Amino acid sequence: MRTEIQIAGFGGQGIVLAGVILGEAAILDGQNAVQTQSYGPESRGGAARSDIIISRTEIDYPKVLQADLLVALSQPAFDKYLSGAGEGTLVIVDRELVPSQKGAHLAISFSLMAENLGRRVVANSVMLGFITAVSGIVSSSAMEQSLSRNVPPKTVELNLRAFAEGWSAGKEHVDAWTCRGGANG
Amino acid sequence: MLGDEAAAHGALWAGCNFFGGYPITPASEIAEVLARLLPRMNGFYVQMEDEIASLGAVLGAVWSGARGMTATSGPGFSLMQEHIGYAIMTETPCVIVDVQRSGPSTGQATKAAQGDVMQARWGTHGDHEMIALAPSSVQECFDLTIDCFNLAERFRQPVILLMDGEIGHLRENLTFPDDTAAVARQERALAGPDEQPFGGAEVPPMIQFGYNRYVHVSGSTHKPDGMRDVSTQSVHDQLVRRLVSKIDSRREEITRVESRWLEDAEAVVVCYGASARPSLGAVLAAREQGLKVGYLRLITIWPFPRAEIKALNEQVATIYVPEMNLGQISREIERFVSCPVESISKIGGVSLTIQEILEPILKKLKP
Repeated sequence: MRTEIQIAGFGGQGIVLAGVILGEAAILDGQNAVQTQSYGPESRGGAARSDIIISRTEIDYPKVLQADLLVALSQPAFDKYLSGAGEGTLVIVDRELVPSQKGAHLAISFSLMAENLGRRVVANSVMLGFITAVSGIVSSSAMEQSLSRNVPPKTVELNLRAFAEGWSAGKEHVDAWTCRGGANG
Repeated sequence: MLGDEAAAHGALWAGCNFFGGYPITPASEIAEVLARLLPRMNGFYVQMEDEIASLGAVLGAVWSGARGMTATSGPGFSLMQEHIGYAIMTETPCVIVDVQRSGPSTGQATKAAQGDVMQARWGTHGDHEMIALAPSSVQECFDLTIDCFNLAERFRQPVILLMDGEIGHLRENLTFPDDTAAVARQERALAGPDEQPFGGAEVPPMIQFGYNRYVHVSGSTHKPDGMRDVSTQSVHDQLVRRLVSKIDSRREEITRVESRWLEDAEAVVVCYGASARPSLGAVLAAREQGLKVGYLRLITIWPFPRAEIKALNEQVATIYVPEMNLGQISREIERFVSCPVESISKIGGVSLTIQEILEPILKKLKP
């Protein structure tokens, strides 16, 4: 069973790091994971993308063929990668950063929630918390461990708070779905 | 761990204690890891003013006893060609990592390619043999870096780890050996009082700077004792033929491939480095459809595994060669077989997909 996740946005949002955290968490859970990235020559502002493949078996092809989960944190990223999404792709966007979101299944205020925590830069952790709750691909304990290992030491606490916030938001969505009779309800 | 980081750790496990380099994407992470760890391990990290100086610093360090490495990408690799030739001529063991990116020139600086295959072989001038290994996983970035150091010492020769941006920037699981004893290290052969440093044996032992004997090290044609002689035809002939022969006569010892499903193969996909991953996916998909397709991955690119390629000629109808260049290895394969060789080339910084490799195979075998 191969699960493919694509996270896209612009440089500086922690797109690549989010992929690394997710992949390492999968490994901590005892699965195989590969992560690849695509970025422009600029370190800030250019397009950035992180592909993560998680599998219980050996991973031959390390890139996303058709994402099971697509997360877009910018309008250009959403416009670019939506065409690659298939019927089975769950598409999640940042509600404020992707104003024109036709085709997305969920629009969540990741950056706004991060701003309310005091720093917009932890929006990626909010997003990771959310997708951990809605996808169940990795355990939240492995995610917390991986997050703590990969963010700057002084920001661990803030990032864990952001993750928890995102996780609770995700959990609410899952509970709401369950009441309506499943993810397609 | 990142492929680049795995290569850096492989170097440390192999005993590397000197890195001279100049950062360049997508190879910078190798320098980053070594800049952090080498000083803590009594090693040296030196950032030089450019890539020519980087390899120059490595060669100097090696002659004073270090195990040295540098890492770069296409544009820097071009600059290093001069000193690669010098390393061959002076028989200086060292490791050069080239994490290939899209060229020529600055090209697509952050995108991967496999365009330096022939530059690795023939980038420096004059007759010579080359050793180059191509990893296709993060684990292999680690393992093959160790092999590169050992081959360099074994043959007193610069050895190239021919990575690419796909594998260098790929993150996946890496398992370290249990302990350092699990890593076999080829020790440097040092010359006794009566031994010549540049002749006698096909792979002569070294003399190191500052170790009780004087030695003359020159990129000019030299006699077995190291002294220049640039006018006697036979001196040059003997020297260069020996430099070529020390590798060429030991190809079997150096060349390695990974083969799967060759026993019944009617067609085969020959791949290496980044192109190996989608190739494996394509071969698996073809076999699921009942097609007898084999998989041959070149781990050693140079010297070219010609025996393994020649063996395919009698067996298969077509050889498919996916690569992120316009057919550099595909053309090399054509030199050794008479069956059709179909190049599946892709450039532009986007890696080959399983489908792109599978399609031409299906077209022929399942029309």
